[in-house]
Amino acid sequence: MSDTLLEVRGLRKHFHPKRRVTVRAVEDVSFSIRRGEAFGLVGESGCGKSTAARALLRLIEPDAGSVRFGGADVLTARGASLKAIRRRMQIVFQDPYSSLDPRQSIGGALTEPMRVHGIAEGRDARRRAGALLEEVGLPPAALDRYPHEFSGGQRQRIGIARALALEPELIVADEPVSALDVSVQAQVLLLLEDLRRRRGLAFLFVSHDLSVVRWFCERVAVMYLGRIVEEGPVARVLNAPLHPYAAMLRDAYPVPDPAHRAALPRIIGEIPSAAAPPPGCPFHPRCVHAMPRCSTEPPALLAKDDGAVACHLHG
Amino acid sequence: MSTAAEVELAPTRPSGLKRALARARGNPTTLAGAIITLLIVAGAVLAPWIAPFDPTEQNIIDRLQSPGGDYLLGTDQFGRDVFSRLLYGARISLVVSLGAIAAAMVTGGTIGMVSGYIGGRFDLITMQVMDVLLSFPSLILGLMVVALLGPELENLVIAIALTAIAPFARIARAPTLVLKERAFIEAGRAMGFSHLRILFAHILPNILSEVLVMGSLWMATAVRVEASLSFIGLGVKPPTATWGGMTRDGFENILDAPWLAVFPGLAILLLVLGLNMIGDGLRDATDPKLRNE
Repeated sequence: MSDTLLEVRGLRKHFHPKRRVTVRAVEDVSFSIRRGEAFGLVGESGCGKSTAARALLRLIEPDAGSVRFGGADVLTARGASLKAIRRRMQIVFQDPYSSLDPRQSIGGALTEPMRVHGIAEGRDARRRAGALLEEVGLPPAALDRYPHEFSGGQRQRIGIARALALEPELIVADEPVSALDVSVQAQVLLLLEDLRRRRGLAFLFVSHDLSVVRWFCERVAVMYLGRIVEEGPVARVLNAPLHPYAAMLRDAYPVPDPAHRAALPRIIGEIPSAAAPPPGCPFHPRCVHAMPRCSTEPPALLAKDDGAVACHLHG
Repeated sequence: MSTAAEVELAPTRPSGLKRALARARGNPTTLAGAIITLLIVAGAVLAPWIAPFDPTEQNIIDRLQSPGGDYLLGTDQFGRDVFSRLLYGARISLVVSLGAIAAAMVTGGTIGMVSGYIGGRFDLITMQVMDVLLSFPSLILGLMVVALLGPELENLVIAIALTAIAPFARIARAPTLVLKERAFIEAGRAMGFSHLRILFAHILPNILSEVLVMGSLWMATAVRVEASLSFIGLGVKPPTATWGGMTRDGFENILDAPWLAVFPGLAILLLVLGLNMIGDGLRDATDPKLRNE
């Protein structure tokens, strides 16, 4: 069996909030994740990274593309085969306050997926749920409590335990720590890193926080206006970005040491609307290196060294 | 086990519903409403034991007796005991309104919840049908249905239920629209839960308190509509005692025996008042704007 766990090719999702308005949230996104690999997806808010994550989980139906997960075709699966795939990939959400059913006890939330998938029932399920809570650093006494009795960080741990209940191979973490206090962020990140190592989990880690992605991920893809503009090993992409947008993103990030602080480059303009993306390269109106062909010819994502980049400078 | 520190749990706190009920109990209006309603319910349930006379037994010699004396609240033009008839009449009012509201709550609530969950064009069409239903005044709609089906107890229940389906659909749909966007519903889908499971195990428990509060308020309306239908002769047929029917019959002797219309009228007023007071108290107790007091 190949080493690739998840392979996304040409994923596309357009929204139509009104007649004759097309929001190109995700446009031709391709990437792959190896078994046990932590893959980051970064970009500004609204760049389509969360939409891409949800589309590959079929939480929203993508318009085009293919998603293969461990050899199974995710986008054509229905009924029992879709349920079987869902068991193998789970999601952890950004907002710990809306990710748990307020009327369901923690024990209920952890055992329900086990019952639905026929993994365990009754006492056995409860024992497993208690073990999951311990694994995420919560006492098993929490089983009989309700979500409103927990803090944001505790709820996030419960959300992680629930994702683990089905023993998945991939966890899609959609901004899993950005709603938490910084001190709690570190604890939750350590927990995720620990689980990744112990269980051999692969992660699709969606975040706008470059330092978190740098710490957690091995590879990273940078998204801009629904497209991946650069992809590669996290250290290379974030230290020596090839794409001007990736460079801009890196430079906009605060550096703790004043001695190493670069003069902040001027950022031109705002991110354009995905309902009216510019022709050619989507980044050309804001790019300091823009050439005439950038406004007419969209650059393809081409393999470059150990990654890929979509820019005419490197074409 | 984990590299992250063990997390201490906060002491147990009661859930939102329990806190709401505790607050409702502390509210004198709700308490008064509950006492009034409970007294009427007790009277209806215990009618065969506490009613001094058979509610349909005619005693021509004792017709139109004033209140007091042998007959606590007097007798009507057939010599029937008004107090006994009021106790038995309460059964009709309560059974019809409870049956109608339960039916409306289940059907309307399900329609609203499913419609809001499915969304899109289905939701649009369903809610427009509900709006049409809502645009009929409930008495007119009830009147039409009873006139069509005949004035039987079941038909009264159906008629009044029909008038209350649309408001229950609306009250169930609104919170469903909010809930279905929340991450725990998405989590359920990601875990492969069926739509039925998501609807009935995760959305329903979260909208139930709002629907139940609405139910207690609509009980009062149902009592009123049943009384109105009986008053215009479309209620359960005589000689069965109904409060609306007794009020109407009382009008025939309003000058000689005003108590015949006044007592059943008062009974309707008290029950409607009691139910409304409970409903208002429950609504305030579950109102999120007042929740953090």
